[in-house]
Amino acid sequence: MMSKIVRTISNILSLFIFVYGLYIIIHGHLTPGGGFQGGAVVASGVALLIVAFGSHNIHKSLKEHHLSILESGGALIFIGLAFGGIATVFFYNFLVGSSIFGHIPPSGPNPGDIWTGGVIPFMNLAVGLKVLAGLSAILLVMALATSVMEVEE
Amino acid sequence: MRKIAMAASLSVFIAFLIAATLVIHPFGYPPSQMDDYIIENAQSETGANNVVTAVVFDYRGFDTLGEATILFTAVTGVVMLFRRKKRE
Repeated sequence: MMSKIVRTISNILSLFIFVYGLYIIIHGHLTPGGGFQGGAVVASGVALLIVAFGSHNIHKSLKEHHLSILESGGALIFIGLAFGGIATVFFYNFLVGSSIFGHIPPSGPNPGDIWTGGVIPFMNLAVGLKVLAGLSAILLVMALATSVMEVEE
Repeated sequence: MRKIAMAASLSVFIAFLIAATLVIHPFGYPPSQMDDYIIENAQSETGANNVVTAVVFDYRGFDTLGEATILFTAVTGVVMLFRRKKRE
């Protein structure tokens, strides 16, 4: 638990960090970044909150077993999407040309369209969910363990 | 005897390394045509403007599955290591 100035600033700033991480995840098929990078950005926002508010206060609303459920769910969605194209080959992009994220961009440099990429935006979302939940769980568990040691000492 | 065997095997190894350095491909000219194929066809085949994402999630999706599994194993190990005992 840090001072009131730090708590207020990190309370405001963490929202922007979360939105930026979600932007990186969702625009993974258009701009640099993707699921792994955006998930790491969101987890850094969680780290800021843990440092500012203390791990026990965060642990009241963010439990590690909920985070591991989220992580396993992301992994299952990812593997399910990979099996979705099993009719052709594992990891076949079966949504290109369909009505869901199915536009095909012109070849070469172009401004980009969010409604492209087929199965790739969903995979980015699944991997982003998995990475943000996994890294947040690691941070939360480690912070809780160190704070328990401080109390015992 | 043992030192002689070690020296002989080491010299063979170094000779192999030097020979491999002499016949290596020049920098910027990879031996396969895979990169040109991906740069030309990634946008029309996967629909993603970001060719790196197209490679990571489509052409080499199995590799990404392995990375995700590594992360899953790491998280499982850390959570198991730092699990807390319930107070009684």
